[in-house]
Amino acid sequence: MRLKGRDIISLEDLSNEEISFIFNTADKFEPIARGKKKSSALAGKVMAALFFEPSTRTRLSFESAMQRLGGSVIGFAEPTTSSIAKGETLADTVKTVEKYSDVIVIRHPKMGAARLAAEVAEIPVINAGDGAGHHPTQTMLDLYTIRKTMGKFENLNIGLIGDLKYGRTVHSLAYAASRFNNKLFLISPPGLEMPREIVGDLSAQGKEISETFDLSKVIPKLDILYVTRIQKERFSDPAEYAKVKNTYKIELKTLETAKPTLCVLHPLPRVDEISSELDSSPYAKYFDQVFYGVVIRATILSLLLG
Amino acid sequence: MGDVEKELRVSKIKTGTVIDHITSGKALAVLRILNITGQTGAIISILMNVPSKMHGKKDVIKVENRKLTKEEVNKIALAAPDATINIIKNFKVTEKKSVELPEFIEGIIKCSNPGCITNTSEPAIPRFRIVSKTPVNLRCVYCERITGEKELLAQF
Ligand SMILES: [Zn+2]
Repeated sequence: MRLKGRDIISLEDLSNEEISFIFNTADKFEPIARGKKKSSALAGKVMAALFFEPSTRTRLSFESAMQRLGGSVIGFAEPTTSSIAKGETLADTVKTVEKYSDVIVIRHPKMGAARLAAEVAEIPVINAGDGAGHHPTQTMLDLYTIRKTMGKFENLNIGLIGDLKYGRTVHSLAYAASRFNNKLFLISPPGLEMPREIVGDLSAQGKEISETFDLSKVIPKLDILYVTRIQKERFSDPAEYAKVKNTYKIELKTLETAKPTLCVLHPLPRVDEISSELDSSPYAKYFDQVFYGVVIRATILSLLLG
Repeated sequence: MGDVEKELRVSKIKTGTVIDHITSGKALAVLRILNITGQTGAIISILMNVPSKMHGKKDVIKVENRKLTKEEVNKIALAAPDATINIIKNFKVTEKKSVELPEFIEGIIKCSNPGCITNTSEPAIPRFRIVSKTPVNLRCVYCERITGEKELLAQF
């Protein structure tokens, strides 16, 4: 199987076999991503990171991945320093930058921006987030972390908790996890439920989904608990926000009835939705997740650049 | 003897186009799609909510001295997926075509998502994949959001 020259815009563009292939390949990039094994696989190659909106973690993760493989990085971290601030179109920026580089990583506030960049560019384009759209390497690193932690990424009970209405990460993860026959448990405060069209889409495909406002009811069943932040801006009433924030905070006592193998994930940065007392518990896998992000990105860069 | 021929007998267009089997009530939307304002002086007949054997009720538009292009036919399909186009020469139907919605629609309508890259100054031509025909639902190739019939008709 070859992914050389491909664009990675949405996980929907990749078959289950291709995703499994990426994960199988990823295992051998772990020592490289950890800095334990030197690699010059991408020596002489240049990655352009075009961040039309800032996302420090994603950018650093991609840059680390590229540099671990011996490649180098150019680009900008926010649009104020770029020609876009002078009114250049994204299409022109991409056509220019591809003359300097071998692969483009793009983050943009508009949905579909990465798709446009991929149409314009001859070289591979990786979507690092397009507004409320896709962020495929995030979804892949989520799945990969589950696979590394649980030894598989199918037939698991996966709980998604927090703001399921606006969270792009959980939308993509819900679709992706369903593709591999996992059962979804959606846990959110009233008003921040998973959009009906997503639940409808997945139900129509015969996927198993259960929804609740109460985590304690489902916690004993879960293999994975994926936590996302509930943002204050989503509430008009500060008292309502304070109540919800406390109810959905994950502490050690929240997990008293959980399986000992429960794996707690979070796309980070967290504020206080996961108590720091969890960090040293065997449940906490969210910092492993950060590392697996570098592994997945190194794998993808390497496969696209052949 | 079909509906069309009966209609033709009534109005006897010499040259032009008869758009038949327009979804009942959608004739004005079709006129907007075709950008027919009635300001050019051409003779236009509009029949609305006339009985139809196939659909109960239908609208019919007769435009004299005008042959529709392929692109215009596609546009009509967005508002009236069952419409048929009859090209008339010398009082006879010389060409009859149905308006099949193509699998992709490009450049005719705008994406209803304000956060979409096609609604910026970027050179991205709006492109949609047809999700369903009745009601018409289009999925934007760029942002993947659905533009539905209501948002669609509001554009014409
Ligand atoms: Zn769109």
